[in-house]
Amino acid sequence: MSETLTASIVKSRSAIGKRLIGHDAVIIYVLIAVVIVSCLTVRYFASTLTVGFLLIQVIPILLLALPMALVIISGEIDLSVASIAGLTSAVMGVLWRDSGWDIVTVMVASVFVGVVCGAFNGFLITTLGLPSLAVTIGTLALFRGLALVVIGDQKVANFPKELNIFVLSKIGATGIPVVMIFVILIIAFFAILLHFTPFGRGLYALGYSTEAASFVGIRVGHAKFWLFIATGTVAGLVGVFLTLRLASAGPDNGTGMELSVIAAVLLGGVSIFGGKGSIPGVIGGVLLIGVLTYSLRLAKVPETALIIVTGSLLVISVVAPSVTAWAKERIRLSRVHKVVQGSSTLGSTHA
Amino acid sequence: MSTITEEKTGAMHSVRSFLRAREIPVAGALVALVIITTIINPRFLSPQSLKDLMLNATIVIILAVGQALVIITRNVDLSVGSILGLVAFGTGTLFDVFAGIPIPLVFLAGMVFGGVLGAINGLLVTAAKVPALVITLGTMYIYRGVLTSWAGSKQYFSGDNPREFGALSVDTVFGLPIITLVAIVVVIAVGFFMRAVRSGRDLYAIGSDPDAARLFGLAVSKRVLAAFVANGALVGLAGVLYTSRYNSVGALTGSGLELDVVAAVVVGGVAISGGTGTVVGAAIGAVLLSTITGALTATRVDKFWQQAIVGVLILSAIIVDRIVSVRNARKLRVSEARDV
Amino acid sequence: MATREVPTVPAASSGSAQPSSASGASAQPQSVLTLTGAAKTFGPVVALADGTIDIRPGEIHALVGENGAGKSTLVKILAGVHSPDAGEFVVGGEHVAFRTPADSKAAGISVIYQEPTLFPDLTVAENIFIGRQPTGRGGIINRREMRRQARELFATLGVPIDPDRIAEGLSIADQQIIEIAKAISLDARVLVMDEPTAALSGVEVERLFTVARGLRDKGAGILFISHRFEEVFALCDRITVMRDGRYVSVHDTAAATVPGIVKEMVGRELGALFPKVVAPVGDTVLSVSGLSRLGVFTDIGFEVKAGEIVALSGLVGAGRTEVARAVFGIDKYDAGTVHLDGKALPARSPQASITAGIGFVPEDRRKQGLVMDLSVARNATLTLRKSLARFGLISGARERRLAEEWSARLQVKTGSQDYAVSTLSGGNQQKVVLAKWLATEPRLLIVDEPTRGIDVGTKAEVHRLLSDLAGRGIAILMISSELPEVLGMADRILVMHEGRISAEYSREEATAELVMHAATSAQEVAR
Repeated sequence: MSETLTASIVKSRSAIGKRLIGHDAVIIYVLIAVVIVSCLTVRYFASTLTVGFLLIQVIPILLLALPMALVIISGEIDLSVASIAGLTSAVMGVLWRDSGWDIVTVMVASVFVGVVCGAFNGFLITTLGLPSLAVTIGTLALFRGLALVVIGDQKVANFPKELNIFVLSKIGATGIPVVMIFVILIIAFFAILLHFTPFGRGLYALGYSTEAASFVGIRVGHAKFWLFIATGTVAGLVGVFLTLRLASAGPDNGTGMELSVIAAVLLGGVSIFGGKGSIPGVIGGVLLIGVLTYSLRLAKVPETALIIVTGSLLVISVVAPSVTAWAKERIRLSRVHKVVQGSSTLGSTHA
Repeated sequence: MSTITEEKTGAMHSVRSFLRAREIPVAGALVALVIITTIINPRFLSPQSLKDLMLNATIVIILAVGQALVIITRNVDLSVGSILGLVAFGTGTLFDVFAGIPIPLVFLAGMVFGGVLGAINGLLVTAAKVPALVITLGTMYIYRGVLTSWAGSKQYFSGDNPREFGALSVDTVFGLPIITLVAIVVVIAVGFFMRAVRSGRDLYAIGSDPDAARLFGLAVSKRVLAAFVANGALVGLAGVLYTSRYNSVGALTGSGLELDVVAAVVVGGVAISGGTGTVVGAAIGAVLLSTITGALTATRVDKFWQQAIVGVLILSAIIVDRIVSVRNARKLRVSEARDV
Repeated sequence: MATREVPTVPAASSGSAQPSSASGASAQPQSVLTLTGAAKTFGPVVALADGTIDIRPGEIHALVGENGAGKSTLVKILAGVHSPDAGEFVVGGEHVAFRTPADSKAAGISVIYQEPTLFPDLTVAENIFIGRQPTGRGGIINRREMRRQARELFATLGVPIDPDRIAEGLSIADQQIIEIAKAISLDARVLVMDEPTAALSGVEVERLFTVARGLRDKGAGILFISHRFEEVFALCDRITVMRDGRYVSVHDTAAATVPGIVKEMVGRELGALFPKVVAPVGDTVLSVSGLSRLGVFTDIGFEVKAGEIVALSGLVGAGRTEVARAVFGIDKYDAGTVHLDGKALPARSPQASITAGIGFVPEDRRKQGLVMDLSVARNATLTLRKSLARFGLISGARERRLAEEWSARLQVKTGSQDYAVSTLSGGNQQKVVLAKWLATEPRLLIVDEPTRGIDVGTKAEVHRLLSDLAGRGIAILMISSELPEVLGMADRILVMHEGRISAEYSREEATAELVMHAATSAQEVAR
């Protein structure tokens, strides 16, 4: 009895078909649409300069969004990433100013700070078993505070000019920044990790159900610990990048970035509940917010409207799935109702 | 294996449960902080210094009380900084546009404004069934954007407000600034409500086990919405008081406050998972946090340590909470165990 | 708790006792609750096709049926958690259509679930009166009055519990008493108890029965859902049987027998259900010795040989699943050793167990056996994710091919490998779980309640599969609460009682009575 009902209710839908209307795809369609509209309506948008400025601005968020996506897919969250970047920047400034080391050592040491911060988060969350939301709110304050302690309210600005120029340089006439090459490598790393390795498969299972994951031998604590190391390390890289890009080290480099990152990740189809999401979608989300912000700014739309747009996009992207799910359930219920009534009148034994 | 528990004698029971209250650690920390600071710098407890401490704490206390309501139901509201900014700027605008407007009306308008903004949050949370963290992250952006486009680069200064309004933060009654008295009344009133009124107790049930609450038939959505509206109204009140206390209000007012508020609440013994803690504890947490700044100045410690200390406090509160619950669970498991 | 003497006359046919409707002018006592023809589907899964039950005031009415027969869906409909897609529902002579649980409570129906749903952070008294605390002037809660009323309720029940105690950490038995107190204070006229004795010891069960009889004598109607026949026959006045989501029959307990009821629950003769082929037994695969975990199980020792099916039987709460989880490595143990094929197995590492060749089909399919939102293909290949990888990378194509191969082998009915596994029926879901473990080619397969919540047809398939596997030399440790399954499938039966192995029987010597006795008695039966 149950099988026939199943057949009549479950619609057949091919795998490709599902991909074309999934959340990721929709974001990419919207992104393409926004780009096209901007090219047509906003002056100066369609130029290689745009590509350059846009990408330079978007790179920190893009980088952070990658490990953040993995963390959220695995069912946790990391609100401390911007503070780690700030701490890294502060340490970099102080080291460069006071330690006498060469710039490369300084950069490596600064990134290492990010690794340590990530390990601290990971320890509290996996070994002590504390909730990641509360912990990263605490470390958000702690790391930002340490940044202030390390560098006070001064800024260090005398970094080697060549580095600043390098960071802002572009490839030939395309307008694409040279550093994009490194960024693409990092994107590739996370994309392969998530979509093509056993570890990635395990993450999705983890995000949906830690119990079921441990039953297939996934080491839950181990996996999550490394994810927080990843967010810490990338945050360290971003801190160094920001310092060189702005040619200044200060404790408030990157303040507030964590929210843009999470907004972009959620917009890109990663579910806050865990278990769902993809790298292409996340890239789409980051670019969508980035392009929208850039073109609106270019069109002289006031800055404030941009903030409202980002916030609204975030709200819509999380509310919309609930609304569509609710609508689908209503449709299904009315269909089930008809089928059940039909079959029960056939098989009824009551007077 | 039956666990027939006996009643303890009244006095012993009360004393022991008093000491085990969640508020004791944070109150103890506050007392310790004050004592240590006063030893190092006796002028910390001078009348002027005390008055400054109280004034600084007032806003955060009211915000913490409201946030506690929301967190107890297992939600959170990150948009409070933006709401406060909107109401503060709105207050300045009211005084500017309607000269001679009665001050109580301004308070009312502020609380209604805040309540409406809180209602938007509440409706989105209860209707969309999406975690409040994400929703209020979004509204934090949206409200801030609205404020920035409304205010632009305009600012209202305390000189623009009626003298009596600013006096609320200066004049004292029984040694307490008027706005601080307001905060104390809020703590007592809301604390009483949470302890002695049915809908207040419902909030605890909802935070303790939302599914069980729904199964039992409690009006979960209605209560959660009410919590968000109440929080909004309290933030509105804080916003009006802010305008009275501080020199200027503008587009950036309230930016970043949400972190301090959540910190105060967590440190004050309200679990982030909901169901436990009291608004009194949250208020003590708020006092503790705002006293730290004063203590740092009084002991000539770099004020840059403030943020870091806040971070350490939050982490400590979470860790202590965890240790306590693990120890309780282990004790219970052993005592309930079979005699195998 | 002696087994009740019942006459050996076969059970009356299902036509003799129809549920009375409110409009019937028969001489039967007016029913307090009548549900007729209720139906409920979730997605493609039909949870209930014909839910029918009739409860009279002043009776204890049993509802029996295998796992998956639809009992819990019916209970949720009575509780107002689900509204039925079809059917008639009459309470106290009036038609009702509950939209929320509050409606159900207002109509006088109280449900005590298997897992009591108390609020851990509130006190006992608050738990009882939440939402309707006694108030004084101005709507202020009167705590003294609340405490007094709570004490009075406990006095009526004969169980002293401190009303000011926080509910967290109370034993299941005490939590149930509190739930009953809540029901009494709500003036419930129908009390539904869903598997209430599952986690109780003998003394606590007696206490619960005394309370239940007291409530019955005061005129309440009690719906008692249980798997334990000796309890059903000892306590209940009438028995309703369900099977495959449908009402089958209702009997007066005095006129019923256990074999008759079992036959109606199962739908065919016991023998035909279990195509057991006795397989040649080989070397010892699993060897457990002195395994103990404080407060959970003590001194567990047994062996499972290749080709054997060893059943671990006993009441819920005896510790069987806990032992299996400890062996597999999900939980820890404090003492003892586990050897697989003679080699010591490290504790606390599911990955080590999987590598050594153990598969574990867990009890809770939805939360432990499968990741419900992932596709069939993903679920089926999750156990092999490491071995599927070439140079560390997995290709979706290879995954799907493997999943399809196993689905075909086990005849998993699904529209496509990419559908979420939640769209499959219970039986097919269980096949996916089995597929993913069989794909690892285990030496030992542990199955915990392998046919819970599965339709009869698929049940037989699963049993045939297990028998096959044994025949091919795999050692099987089977945990089951279903006596027919245990008696039908096992080569050896180990019975656990309150954390210890209380008896061991071979296939030939085992009978239902022996097993039940060892499962419920406090004495160790001589081996």
